[in-house]
Amino acid sequence: MRAPVLILGATSDMGRAIAQRFAAQGYPIQLAARQVSRLEPDKADLEIRYGVAVSVHEFDVLAVETHASFIQQLPEQPAIVICVVGFMPEQKACEQDLSLTLEVMRTNYEGPAVILSLFANVFEQRGFGALVGISSVAGERGRASNYFYGSAKAGFTAFLSGLRHRLAKSGIQVLTVLPGYVKTRMTEGMRLPPLLTAQPQEVANAIFTAIEKKKDVIYVRPIWRWIMVIIRWIPEPLFKRLSL
Amino acid sequence: MSSPMTPRGSLKTLCGWGRYPVQTCHVYCPRSESEILQLLKRDLPLIARGNGRAYGDSALNGEATLQMRHFNRLLGFNPHTGQLIAEAGVLLAEILEIFVPRGWFPLITPGTKFVTVGGMIAADVHGKNHHKEGSFVQSLDWLDLLTSEGQIYRCSPSENQDLFYWTVGGMGLTGVILRAAFRLRPIETAWIRQTTRIAKHLDEVIDLFEAAQDVTYSVAWIDCLATGSQLGRSVLILGEHATREELPAKYRQRPLRTPQRRKLSIPVDFPNGALNPLTVRAFNQLYFLNQQRQASQSFVDWDRFFYPLDSLLGWNRIYGRRGFVQFQCVLPLSTAREGLSALLHCTSAAGAGSFLAVLKKLGDQQGYFSFPMAGYTLALDFPMSQRTLKVLDQLEEITLHYGGRFYLAKDSHLTPMRLRQSDARVETFVKVRDAQQWTVNFASEQSKRLHL
Ligand SMILES: Cc1cc2nc3c(=O)[nH]c(=O)nc-3n(C[C@H](O)[C@H](O)[C@H](O)COP(=O)(O)OP(=O)(O)OC[C@H]3O[C@@H](n4cnc5c(N)ncnc54)[C@H](O)[C@@H]3O)c2cc1C
Repeated sequence: MRAPVLILGATSDMGRAIAQRFAAQGYPIQLAARQVSRLEPDKADLEIRYGVAVSVHEFDVLAVETHASFIQQLPEQPAIVICVVGFMPEQKACEQDLSLTLEVMRTNYEGPAVILSLFANVFEQRGFGALVGISSVAGERGRASNYFYGSAKAGFTAFLSGLRHRLAKSGIQVLTVLPGYVKTRMTEGMRLPPLLTAQPQEVANAIFTAIEKKKDVIYVRPIWRWIMVIIRWIPEPLFKRLSL
Repeated sequence: MSSPMTPRGSLKTLCGWGRYPVQTCHVYCPRSESEILQLLKRDLPLIARGNGRAYGDSALNGEATLQMRHFNRLLGFNPHTGQLIAEAGVLLAEILEIFVPRGWFPLITPGTKFVTVGGMIAADVHGKNHHKEGSFVQSLDWLDLLTSEGQIYRCSPSENQDLFYWTVGGMGLTGVILRAAFRLRPIETAWIRQTTRIAKHLDEVIDLFEAAQDVTYSVAWIDCLATGSQLGRSVLILGEHATREELPAKYRQRPLRTPQRRKLSIPVDFPNGALNPLTVRAFNQLYFLNQQRQASQSFVDWDRFFYPLDSLLGWNRIYGRRGFVQFQCVLPLSTAREGLSALLHCTSAAGAGSFLAVLKKLGDQQGYFSFPMAGYTLALDFPMSQRTLKVLDQLEEITLHYGGRFYLAKDSHLTPMRLRQSDARVETFVKVRDAQQWTVNFASEQSKRLHL
């Protein structure tokens, strides 16, 4: 039997779509989230639809001191770990509320980096596996409209890039996923340009293919690569005056 | 993560399958019960929406429309009893895709598979087997309902039974259905043994229906434009689940697999008026020729038999931007022949061009407010126009005259008066809604129009 796929942040729309995608391919699934009771319906759903084994696990990305024991108590070490955790409150609220600022930084950078680097050690010893981090195009350049979130994601992107560099020799894949806009709970009620906005299922498909093809970095919708090239190249004096 | 659980809404232009009427709605897409609870606390009436396959305004509410599509998990399946437990937003199409290959089929299904579990319960849908096996409630073991006080009640024929029987057929006006348990039937094959019969006029098709009492599935397509002695000219289609032994050898190897059908989609609106009486006449005649050429018995896969229109994705767009209305009523057995004849006469005289005319025999009903009653139900489509509105008035009057009633899942035109004249149960439903405070929390554009 195949080793399972572990999804961190499995109650999110993207997490659910990713679990479906891998279960449809016959992978056993480990679902992890803070409120483990919320995962029970998903477990039942995946088992009935795809006939795969599914287990649920309590995981709090902010409780970094528990991460090592979280890994130890898993009944089986996963083949693939996909970290979907993310938190994006209103930028204005972050500017006014220090605890919110910290939560954004810790949820989007500190927690994901800690858990993935612990898994990296396990995988490196074992000699196979894939580590997937959902980062964000917002991390490619800080903008007034969401630089707390963006900077944390920038940190996470840099972390993934470094981890990939380190693990290149041991045959462990590290995949950075830059989804662009995605229609999820996080973006609900926002007016998003349809051409630039992916469905969670699209993200899941892209990740599945990228793992098969051993990719390093993917933009879910290719157009984002070019948008970000332009955004990164705008000279700072001009950038400062743009409203982005 | 620590964000408050009130879901953000957005303004969207919504309509039912008939694309008339169109309404700007605050739409919420909750992902958990607690999010629905937050919305209920505002005491603004809301309505749950499934897949928007009701034709009119049943699943619209300008103040708050609750899109249930994130409640789409299968929660349990018992292979001994065929009981499936599913969240309200699961599509029938998904259930079929998963369970037909495993040898299971829904006990009751409407004529499209693009409906949700919640929508099937709220409209207490009927299928081609209603005369024999009843409406959706017959397959329903229990449902979980979130009501005004923010309580969740498990409702079944033995537990909270009043709430159960008001909710089936209650058009979302008793609360939000969260999940339900209902039974599938075991099938040996994915094929239907179909027999077609041509009827030269209305009396003949009714005689054929009466003679086919014991056949599981029956439905007739009527050529609405036939007049005079041909009024009610139709094709009766009868079906039974084929057993493995009955199947032709080529299907017997893998009896639960059927060929994939190519899906066609209608990508743009047809110009208004493209569907004039002439094109309808051509369509009807073609249909007749085809039917007559076919051998009277054949094996048809489940998808083509139950959901002939579903392969034409977005077929509602052929009626153009103005949309269309569907009229569906049921007449009691005692007046059915006379009443149907009057309805068809009115339709063909108006020349308003009904594209689809479907006739079905119905049996008794269980839900307190469900549509079916023992008799015959006729469904007609009309492109939306001033003339159509007049025809609808006439059809409604005829229905009243013959003691019939109307299907709310198809309606966008009735008045409070006519609804009450047609159905003595309306007053009781409204009283219960008031007494239970459901009016505070649950309303649709339809319930506002009809003062429900
Ligand atoms: C081509 C076609 C063929 C059809 N054939 C048939 C047929 O043969 N027999 C038949 O009976 N019907 C038939 N219908 C009608 C259809 O089955 C019903 O309108 C059904 O209710 C649609 O389900 P939906 O999920 O799209 O619900 P919607 O259209 O979104 O909603 C319909 C009603 O259900 C309520 N509702 C939906 N979800 C919930 C929930 N979770 N909790 C509470 N209330 C809820 C809504 O408030 C609304 O009142 C047909 C429709 C089409 C388009």
